[in-house]
Amino acid sequence: MAATGATPDLQVRSLSKRFATHLAVDALSFSVARGSFFSILGPSGCGKTTLLRMIAGFIQPDGGDIAIGGRDLAQVAPNRRPVNMVFQHLALFPMMSVAQNVAFGLARRGVGRAERLRRAEAMLERVGLAGAGGKRTDELSGGQRQRVAIARSLVLEPTLLLLDEPLGALDLKLREHMKVELKQLQSAFGTTFVYITHDQSEALVLSDHVGVMNHGRFEQLGTPQELYYSPATSFVADFVGANNRLAGKALSVAGSLVELDTSGGWVVRARGHGAIAAGAAVEAFIRPEAAMLGRTPAELPAGQTVHSGEVISVLFDGANSVVLLRESRSRLQLRIALPQTGAYSDLQVGAPICFSFDPERAICFPARAAHA
Amino acid sequence: MISSSARCALMVFLALGLLAGTPARADAAKVLRIITWADYVPAEVVAQFRKETGIQVEVTLSNNEEMISKLRATGGAGFDLAQPSQDRILGAQQEFGIYKPLDTSKVRLDEFVPELLATVRTNATLGGRLYGLPYVWGTEGLVYNSKRTRISDYQDLCKPELRGRTAVRLKRPTLMAFALASGTNPFALYGDTKAYTALMQQVGKTLAACKANFRFFYDNKDQLLNGMRAGEIYAAMMWDSGGWALNRENPDIKFINPRSGAIAWMDTFALPARGRNDAGAYAWINFVMRPEIAAKVARSIGNFTAARGADQLMDPRIRAQFAATFPDGLKNIKWYPAIPSGLEEIEGGVLDRVKAAD
Amino acid sequence: MPETAVTALWYRRLVLALLLAPALLWLFALIILPHLDLALLSFRERVAPRQYVVSLAQYRTFFGEPLYWHVFVRTALLSALATALTLLVAFPIAWIIAKLARGRMSALLFVVCLIPFWVSETVRTLGWMILLRESGVLPALLVHLGITRQPVELLYHDATILVGLVYTSLLFMVVPLVGSLESLDNALIEAAYDLGGKGWSILREIVIPHAAPGITAGCIVVFMLTLGNYLTPTLLGGKNSQWFTEQIYTQFITRFNWEQGAAFGFLLLALSTAMVWLGLKISGQRFSDVMRRA
Repeated sequence: MAATGATPDLQVRSLSKRFATHLAVDALSFSVARGSFFSILGPSGCGKTTLLRMIAGFIQPDGGDIAIGGRDLAQVAPNRRPVNMVFQHLALFPMMSVAQNVAFGLARRGVGRAERLRRAEAMLERVGLAGAGGKRTDELSGGQRQRVAIARSLVLEPTLLLLDEPLGALDLKLREHMKVELKQLQSAFGTTFVYITHDQSEALVLSDHVGVMNHGRFEQLGTPQELYYSPATSFVADFVGANNRLAGKALSVAGSLVELDTSGGWVVRARGHGAIAAGAAVEAFIRPEAAMLGRTPAELPAGQTVHSGEVISVLFDGANSVVLLRESRSRLQLRIALPQTGAYSDLQVGAPICFSFDPERAICFPARAAHA
Repeated sequence: MISSSARCALMVFLALGLLAGTPARADAAKVLRIITWADYVPAEVVAQFRKETGIQVEVTLSNNEEMISKLRATGGAGFDLAQPSQDRILGAQQEFGIYKPLDTSKVRLDEFVPELLATVRTNATLGGRLYGLPYVWGTEGLVYNSKRTRISDYQDLCKPELRGRTAVRLKRPTLMAFALASGTNPFALYGDTKAYTALMQQVGKTLAACKANFRFFYDNKDQLLNGMRAGEIYAAMMWDSGGWALNRENPDIKFINPRSGAIAWMDTFALPARGRNDAGAYAWINFVMRPEIAAKVARSIGNFTAARGADQLMDPRIRAQFAATFPDGLKNIKWYPAIPSGLEEIEGGVLDRVKAAD
Repeated sequence: MPETAVTALWYRRLVLALLLAPALLWLFALIILPHLDLALLSFRERVAPRQYVVSLAQYRTFFGEPLYWHVFVRTALLSALATALTLLVAFPIAWIIAKLARGRMSALLFVVCLIPFWVSETVRTLGWMILLRESGVLPALLVHLGITRQPVELLYHDATILVGLVYTSLLFMVVPLVGSLESLDNALIEAAYDLGGKGWSILREIVIPHAAPGITAGCIVVFMLTLGNYLTPTLLGGKNSQWFTEQIYTQFITRFNWEQGAAFGFLLLALSTAMVWLGLKISGQRFSDVMRRA
């Protein structure tokens, strides 16, 4: 896992929390290495907020323990933990100036007035807000406000900074910008960040390691690349990155490759993951960029099975452009990346088209039991 | 200069006022609005009056000061008949002109006890015209619980053992009573402002020194009656009717004529200056002064009325209580003379100081 | 063309004037006119029956007579104290309603604060008297519990007046407080706690500054209600109540001294205006912000 030789900054062991009948966090264990950016990614209701709030100390766990910097925190109140949090809506204090916001925690620690104002000013300078100390918080832009929220926490030099979807409320353009800024801040300060989000793109861009969370457990914990290219479960394959999902029945298993029949007799091959027997229900995933397009079978790489379909629509989005097509036999809808050469810019709706993919780059899991 | 829109608004306002006022005006002769004291207008008598005359009586309960204040505020409108005490008519009339003179030809004067009528004539005549007729009279003396204490004069309320156990009203009768108890007749000094002021200041000091003995200053009869019944109050200044009522409930409670003399009051009929139903008011006066009606009123109040012959129809128990309280008849009773205007301001200052004393 | 525009504007103004007319007429006829009349009255002095001259005598009497001064200052101080006590009592209630209680519980607490207003002030105050008088329920209970040997008179003390005033004013403090506390984002409290704040420092640094308009609004309303209250201090305070409104009543009704009463009334108006101004200055609030909360 992520831990290297040094003591991890955060160690969580069999942490559990139950609300009435709902198990929010289910015997969760993981650790976060010092100085790394760790994300917890999951859909809403997966338990990630509960987990974060237990680390911050706002919720008492039912079982398990949390250690920060090697120190167990079971009985430590949130206002004494070496952990600070950046709230979803930032929770800047509107009744205070920017500098007072940043100096708030220092004042609580008994730092003298002159000293804390000096430190607050220095911290504002480090986050690029030099001279903004006297402003009111509502005079700042969204990005500046986020930097104040981070500065307010980092001025206390916490071991761990928790971030509760701070980009969630921002508009798209600003969100893209803030992603970059967050990453830069984290590497500049070297503080360990634990970041929760439901946005897989944020998690992939920002993190050193990501825990994909579902129903109170981690489905997979790994680097963004591992999650993307080698999802451990069909949930991860589905949730992380765009994917084409094909449900069907395994016809045969040959070595690592599974041959499956999707509805309507369309047969494809994919790399099997986990125990799959012939006849079992399975799910296969093909990344949009894993498949190749061709107007004729001849244009496709030799040795790959050729599939055919018809264009439903072309979704032009520069480097992210895709074509939506309907596979001929199964009538299933697939999403395949358009090459950036512009070779398919004249593609017409309804035009016949061929595609193929390397079975090693498609992945097949036993079908998930339907969750309640 | 009034702008046209303002004039318009004024017209609308006036029109609304007229609309609201009109129906009442039409019925004025059918309604008699009396401002009076509690128990003075029994429901039974009201019903009988309506049956005989068709006039509906509307009663507003009040006391001397409020009666004057309300009539002053409206310049004597709003009521057709008022019942102030005889000594409070003249000053108020001089100052505020809130009453109109009575037409004695419309009243059967032979129904009134002549001595009482004479008293009112003395105290309520201004510029040769009469402003009041007697209705009910009574006295204010002392009431005490004989199980707890025994008192005989007003200043006994200040005995050390009665700390927190007595009550008086913070009004002029209390000042008069304590002045009498100090051996000076305040009524004799009505004409001598300087001497009167000195007397009142001295009385004020006495009351202020006695303040720890007063549990409260009562505003209405029921407050005191409840205090006496609950045993919180041992002795107090009280009207005879209330004292006798307590005595009938509990023989341990006695109403006495203080050594310095009980103070006698008399409430009257007076016509507000802008009353709308004088005919109804005269009809009512003649009606309630009939001996058999007056006796009903007397039973309701527990006091004697000024109707000739009504005392013979009075509850024999009250007659017996009267005889026990006043064995010498009305000899040691002080009647209030009319208060010259200006005196109440002197008394007010003194009462304020008593209230503020520690 | 311009003519129709002018007509339309004129028409809009007319509609606005008509809509406001009832309120303005009401304000003018029932508030401003009587006050003008009272102002004139207060600068008058009676020299003989039905003869008056313009004079400052009424105000001179007030300033020259320590008695009235004493009652005036006492009323102001006790009202301020009652306001402070009401704030102390109301704040936790408002906090529970706004932050802790949910749904039905919160509604129930509001109703508890509202119950006193289902009966008239007179009945309520008389109820207190029955409860607190020497032969009343509470002294009997104290004897029964062995706390006092004999029934004690709980009426007619300053403390009784204060208790009565706080009880009467509670709702008027709770409502603006709940309003201002509800708008306080819980995340702010958590953030302050997360940054090392403790209960008291969070209250001082975050909650109170946020709720300041509500607190000021509640205090102004309660102070004015208390200052102008007549029944509660008079009935519960008994012989020692010495409330300034009682002085005004006495001057008007039992002394027939309208001139003095009017002067007293204006002095009370001046006092409450001054206190409101002072309260706004101290809390650094703007009148319009505060009144929106009230």
